[in-house]
Amino acid sequence: MSAQVLPETAAVYWRPRVDARSLERRGRLWTLTTVAHTIPFVAAAAVLFALEPLSAPVGAIMLAHAWVIPMLYANRGAKVLRRRPRLGDDEERTALGLLGDLVGHDARELHARTGLVVERGAFGTWVVGEAGALLVRSGGRRVDCWCVHVDDPGLPSADRIAHLLLALRTDEAGFATVANLAFSGARRRVRRRLPPTLRPALDAAARRYPRDRCRT
Amino acid sequence: MARLIRMDDTGHTTLAEWTVADEQAVEAAVVAFREQLDAGFYAVVTEGEGRARQVDELPLDADLVILRRPIAGG
Repeated sequence: MSAQVLPETAAVYWRPRVDARSLERRGRLWTLTTVAHTIPFVAAAAVLFALEPLSAPVGAIMLAHAWVIPMLYANRGAKVLRRRPRLGDDEERTALGLLGDLVGHDARELHARTGLVVERGAFGTWVVGEAGALLVRSGGRRVDCWCVHVDDPGLPSADRIAHLLLALRTDEAGFATVANLAFSGARRRVRRRLPPTLRPALDAAARRYPRDRCRT
Repeated sequence: MARLIRMDDTGHTTLAEWTVADEQAVEAAVVAFREQLDAGFYAVVTEGEGRARQVDELPLDADLVILRRPIAGG
């Protein structure tokens, strides 16, 4: 990745530029927020049951809430990779040719299977989709899900990915600064909520994550 | 032959082709390049796997210059 600054960061001037430390901090904050949302339900269910065992059904509802909240968060993260309706075959084929020129053989093959491109960066390994990207980091255990897109609904799928890929390659930190963080948490939680056809891309990103950079 | 292409609704469109020796083609490419930048496109040159460089002037020695639209969060 180069040391250039993505010009789009000017549109979000109030955001501090993302770096490895801020990513780590935001990830921890996200986990704490999730815990803070779920613990009260678990605690309330336990207290209710201790005070009155007949309140067990209410407690069960509270526990269900505690279980559903993290699931909804992870689902929100997984949705950044959802695919858009295809355009005409010719346009898609032309765009695919360009995207194919930008990536290596393995990435091309993976894109053909999943519609996603895996790209190694300084912060971790990225899985780039049409309207968002996942960043696999912390030894492949954590995933940050980013909403980011090119504002032209008429573009073919591969072109939308190519836009994001070129911006990412120009300035990875700027790319993460411009993008909106939709979720940060365990990879396995996001994986479960991805359509099965997309999972191989996330698995490939986790495999490619260099173990010696676990603490970036 | 070097190419200036724009990612658009058709997949991509070749706006200009040039060789350094062909002054007319270079001039036409520079004009097309400037028009696209004025229209809000960004120009990017790929520099091997995982690397790209944004340019404000047409790099005549590049094989491929790609014009992209701005990205945004959300």
